[in-house]
Amino acid sequence: MSETVLFAIEAAINGLSVGIMYSLVALGFVLIFKASGIFNFAQGVMALFAALTLVGFQEGAVPFSHLINAVFGTSVHHFGFNMPTIIAIPATIAVMIGFAWLVERVVLKHLVNQEPIILFMATIGLAFFLEGLGDIMWGAEVKRLDVGLPQGGNVWFEENTQWLGGGNENFFGFYIDTLNLYAIAIAAILVIALVLFSQYTKQGRALRAVADDHQAALSVGISLRFIWVLTWSIAGIVALVAGIMWGSKSGVQFSLSLIALKALPVLMLGGFTSIPGAIAGGLLIGVGEKLFDFFMQPIIGGATENWFAYMLALAFLLFRPQGLFGEKIIERV
Amino acid sequence: MLYREAGDFKSTYSSDNQTFPIKGDRYAYWVAVAFAFLVVPFFLTDYWANSIIIPLLIYVIAVLGLNILIGYCGQLSLGTGGFMAVGAYATYKLTYAFPWMPIYITFIIAGLITSAVGVLFGLPSLKIKGFYLAVATLAAQFFLIWLFTRVGWFFNDSATGMITMPEREMFGIVVSGAGASSVAIYLTCLIFVVGMAWLARNLTRGTIGRTWMAIRDMDIAAEIIGVNPLIAKLTAFAVSSFFVGVAGALTFAVYLGSIEAGEAFGINKSFLVLFMVIIGGLGSVLGSFLGATFLVCLPVLLKLLLVDLMGWPADLARHFEVLVIGALIILVLIAEPHGMAAIWRTIKEKLRLWPFPH
Repeated sequence: MSETVLFAIEAAINGLSVGIMYSLVALGFVLIFKASGIFNFAQGVMALFAALTLVGFQEGAVPFSHLINAVFGTSVHHFGFNMPTIIAIPATIAVMIGFAWLVERVVLKHLVNQEPIILFMATIGLAFFLEGLGDIMWGAEVKRLDVGLPQGGNVWFEENTQWLGGGNENFFGFYIDTLNLYAIAIAAILVIALVLFSQYTKQGRALRAVADDHQAALSVGISLRFIWVLTWSIAGIVALVAGIMWGSKSGVQFSLSLIALKALPVLMLGGFTSIPGAIAGGLLIGVGEKLFDFFMQPIIGGATENWFAYMLALAFLLFRPQGLFGEKIIERV
Repeated sequence: MLYREAGDFKSTYSSDNQTFPIKGDRYAYWVAVAFAFLVVPFFLTDYWANSIIIPLLIYVIAVLGLNILIGYCGQLSLGTGGFMAVGAYATYKLTYAFPWMPIYITFIIAGLITSAVGVLFGLPSLKIKGFYLAVATLAAQFFLIWLFTRVGWFFNDSATGMITMPEREMFGIVVSGAGASSVAIYLTCLIFVVGMAWLARNLTRGTIGRTWMAIRDMDIAAEIIGVNPLIAKLTAFAVSSFFVGVAGALTFAVYLGSIEAGEAFGINKSFLVLFMVIIGGLGSVLGSFLGATFLVCLPVLLKLLLVDLMGWPADLARHFEVLVIGALIILVLIAEPHGMAAIWRTIKEKLRLWPFPH
């Protein structure tokens, strides 16, 4: 194979691994949109917040320590012990569930029956709130997240793809982060678990019923409020997974929530209501933007990743407004 | 008793159709305009001008523009920052290409260029709506900023990637560049604000505004009663982008003087303007003023309170501000989804009845 093709493939593999991360964030969006019709803009910040909380727990940092120090003039920072990851993760999940409960209690309950656009704006507000809260609670500096996932390139993958170069001395096999292989596995497990949950458990069925028709679900005795807390909790857990993967890769920092904006075009491509769509859309966008950058860099310059995903989604929507796997949009007067 | 329409009889159509049919409103408006033009310039200090009043005036223009698009026409846009950047860079290119051109003409042409770009990015709105459109306008935001930071032609290949405004005069007074006094800048912005608020108010209560509102309330139904969605949506995008473009031009030319696209017109700017629209009130000209005032003053007040008075570190105060803005958005949406303008409407209702409760 020629060198260009090899490097293009490498870019595509790279794109796949970025795409799977987009998919993880998009998954949370789809869950909430299906169950409550809310377009949850805060999903990305939820991932950031979950990752921040996890790091905070691991390091045994005192929450709100900056605030406490500023108000009382003390200098507390740490409890003096480190929480093992195995306890810190459930603790973070508990925080995310508490957060879901609070969101239902404080925000959603009062906004029932409002227009979707009002709810959407409320989630933008929620995103800002959570961003500020995360920074005040745990500090704004970039943090290293280590939950024991392997770092660095995958040697096995590299050695076993070297033959593809056919003796080309510039080619040393495809480089892929071991972390990304884990991400793919975790995303697969997550999707399977979600499908099993929604198909075979009582709560899962209730969840699908609510997604189908709020009023009909209410009339057969399903508690809408419980289902909303449930969906937001699941979305919180998915956010935690996404936060862990992104965080282990490039540190826990604010840009994480900006990268999560990329999940929006992913959703448009895959369709707002489809879990497989979120995965497929993420991979398409990931591969698409890396390949576009690879081929177009010499012509129009770099950093096209910033906008390519949105433009692709825009062009795509003109032909298929409901996305790849979305349900057909029917409008009535 | 003091504020009422009873007894204020109209004998001609034009007086019946005037902008402020109630006497109290009319007087209040003229007092406010007179105060802004004749009193404020004499008491304006540099601190007040730079940290509150000039950004406020510029944001009012941007908020009016976005309010036309979201509040009147119902098309959600997250590309405001990008369109402001178009206005700024158009001003920059024009002012260097045609140094003889009067600066107010430059601003208006910059607005028109932004209009054209806005229509281009508004085209998808004919096919897609709601959240989908919001994400589509994000394409405009990111693409335009990328364009302005990567393509050398736009910033004349300056080494820093920044664009800087030269000194320009309006009616013989320096209004941009280092030599401009804050009063000159203030008056420039104020003229544009008054003119554009007048434009917005009259556009939105005329035929075009009504077609926008019909599209907002239900586009299919509007189409059935004969509103052309192509014209309605694209004019909304054009007018909205014109406003936003002028705001961007003013931000660059008279307020900041030199900018870098990603920093001054990033995605956060889009959100800030959107928040001003929501807090002020969707579909209200007065709301645009109130929302912009609130969100411009809030950080200044919080900084005053937290950093200067209570001695918090600046970064903590900044995070607290983000948190407060987020909480306020949610609070406003819960308590009063129609924003501060609706609160003002309630107050007016009470004033009319005062001193009787019903």
